[in-house]
Amino acid sequence: MIRDNSDVILAIQDLTAEVDGSPILKGLTLEIKAGEVHAIMGPNGSGKSTLSKILAGHPAYTVTGGSVTFRGENLLELEPEARAKAGLFLAFQYPLEIPGVSNLDFLRVAYNAKRKHEGLEELDAFDFDELVQSKLGLLQMDASFLSRSVNEGFSGGEKKRNEILQMALLEPKLAILDEIDSGLDIDALKIVANGVNELTTPDNAVLAITHYQRLLNYITPDYVHVMEDGRILTTGGKELALELEARGYSWVREEEEAIAR
Amino acid sequence: MSIQVSMVPDATETVNAPRVDRAAYLSRLVQLRGELDAAGSGLKDLRDRATALVQERAMPSTRAEEWRFTDLSPLLQESFQPVVPQPITAEAIIPFGLTDAPHRLVFVDGVYAPSLSTLGDLPPEVQLGNLSRVPGGIPHIGQHQGAEETFTALNTACMTDAAVIWVAQGQEWRTPIHLLVVTTTGAATLSHPRCVVIAEAGSQFTLIEEFVSLEGGGAAWVNRVTEIKLGAGATVNHTRVQRQGAHTFHIGKTAVSQARDSRYVATVLNWGAHLARHHLEIYQTGAQTATILNGLTLLQGEQLGDTHSLIAFTQPYGMANQVQKCIVGDRAHAVFNGKIWVPQAAQLTNASQLSRNLLLSPRARVDTKPQLEITADNVKCSHGATVSQLEEDEVFYLQSRGISAEMARQLLTFAFAAEVVDAIPLPTLRDRIRSELSLRLNPA
Ligand SMILES: Nc1ncnc2c1ncn2[C@@H]1O[C@H](COP(=O)(O)OP(=O)(O)OP(=O)(O)O)[C@@H](O)[C@H]1O
Ligand SMILES: [Mg+2]
Repeated sequence: MIRDNSDVILAIQDLTAEVDGSPILKGLTLEIKAGEVHAIMGPNGSGKSTLSKILAGHPAYTVTGGSVTFRGENLLELEPEARAKAGLFLAFQYPLEIPGVSNLDFLRVAYNAKRKHEGLEELDAFDFDELVQSKLGLLQMDASFLSRSVNEGFSGGEKKRNEILQMALLEPKLAILDEIDSGLDIDALKIVANGVNELTTPDNAVLAITHYQRLLNYITPDYVHVMEDGRILTTGGKELALELEARGYSWVREEEEAIAR
Repeated sequence: MSIQVSMVPDATETVNAPRVDRAAYLSRLVQLRGELDAAGSGLKDLRDRATALVQERAMPSTRAEEWRFTDLSPLLQESFQPVVPQPITAEAIIPFGLTDAPHRLVFVDGVYAPSLSTLGDLPPEVQLGNLSRVPGGIPHIGQHQGAEETFTALNTACMTDAAVIWVAQGQEWRTPIHLLVVTTTGAATLSHPRCVVIAEAGSQFTLIEEFVSLEGGGAAWVNRVTEIKLGAGATVNHTRVQRQGAHTFHIGKTAVSQARDSRYVATVLNWGAHLARHHLEIYQTGAQTATILNGLTLLQGEQLGDTHSLIAFTQPYGMANQVQKCIVGDRAHAVFNGKIWVPQAAQLTNASQLSRNLLLSPRARVDTKPQLEITADNVKCSHGATVSQLEEDEVFYLQSRGISAEMARQLLTFAFAAEVVDAIPLPTLRDRIRSELSLRLNPA
């Protein structure tokens, strides 16, 4: 929901970044305010996941210019864990499997790191169990996923639900959802999207990266950005996504080029 | 197959060190031995035979295949003296207490310390103590296959006493037995603690054998031999913890013989000493016998930890499952050599061996070598070896959830070690190894 007087949660200004010397982000500007839902669409390889991983602090990428301010702080100076504790969350396009680390232990350690950061007492195993059970219901997940290793052997859709389960526990100020819809069947898409909607409030924001309108049927964006070659090419409302679905990306490029001339 | 991961040259004899006559050096060690007292008098013949054997031998060099990666030169630089047993107080060993192992036998520098031992209420079917508790002597001592190996023979030649754990036929003893072998590290001392474990037919028990040092800077060398004999249908759950001080040397042998239908489970934790070598030798002498070996070696600094294991099958329907894990940091060096012998007679053997290694630093090194010698044709044997590092992407995934990089590394390392740590039968020991692991990862 767009409100004029909302706080700015994320402000990206002219961001450039590279990996192994080759530039991927080429001057990207984006502002997200509390209460808003943004969607980024764009062709394969345009840099969407790169943007999300840079925001989360992945060490493989080097920021070469520009600035990122997250809730008033210089995000780029923070370690990945500090970014998370400041309220940034990334649901990965490809969530990692971590054999040997139980999902429940992982969730508890992550949850308690946040509690500690907020000056609250850590939850013991018993109380945490109760909390996590209540969140499982939101995503219609079976409790057996807790005793398994993190994402190990989870199906594509199960991994995505597990990402949103983490989001539900950590209650971030900004949730970046990188293709949260890929690999989900129709029912699971509804469940996951509903879960995300349940978690959105006027105080937080969502940045959903997707290729398809169908996710946006459930998670209604206030803004749709088209990203290409490391930049935001154009921005519109939710109807832009419908137009992209119908016409593809090339017309956007042509229009932008025409304007440039 | 041999996997070597290393950025440092092969172990070579220490340069610039004065040349030592390895045969004379070994012979001199025998002269350091103590006199036999009444309790040990039954050992005289055995000692004499072993002495003759040692006199013909020399300290092994890295030219010997069995010692290729383990350079004993640091030992040769020391001039070892016989141990003058130091009286120690009960307070000194409080940190090594295991509340969940009520029966405790303590040996200090190879000598039985009855005043520090707490045997508790024991039925006559469970005998704990030293040789003097066994009036007729122990017929099994020094009789195991491989007893003529140099350091075993050296121990036999020099031992004056032995720990004895003897559980009679059919006795299912529930409370764990803790055997604590303490070294007081004053100077460069050499001790030869010995242990004989007899599990008669159908008996069952849990044994924790632990090697520790008291505070101090000396280069103590512990040359250990433990002989374990399982009768038919016996079950022994054995945890061996080697956590001697940083300047010490440990050369140890665990020789196990298993009669038919017996089950031997060993969890071997090795995180102490500057240089440690463990020979773990299992001889299945009867059919349908099960051997389960779990090993975890944790090394840092310039430590060297070497495990040479042997599982020798001789009869049909034998089973063995071995997992050896090494976590190696800094410039430390882990060695694993795992032999499995399956002769023609041992048909329908089912054996698996897995060596998994985690390197925490670019200068850490591991040499691992499975050695399967199989002549029986109807068997199932598998082996594998892996060497890995902590996955940076896994660390990042955990960090992205607000978990610190340190905590993330700790979680991932615990995950690597979990399989072995979970096999430790005592919660106190499990907690101890977990805190040892976190200490290795975050040396504050
Ligand atoms: N670690 C890396 N090493 C090398 N190249 C990389 C790396 N990460 C990203 N790239 C390259 O950067 C470009 C952008 O990749 P990115 O994953 O951000 O695209 P995307 O927009 O998310 O695409 P998709 O829609 O297919 O998920 C691609 O050409 C990709 O190959
Ligand atoms: Mg992507």
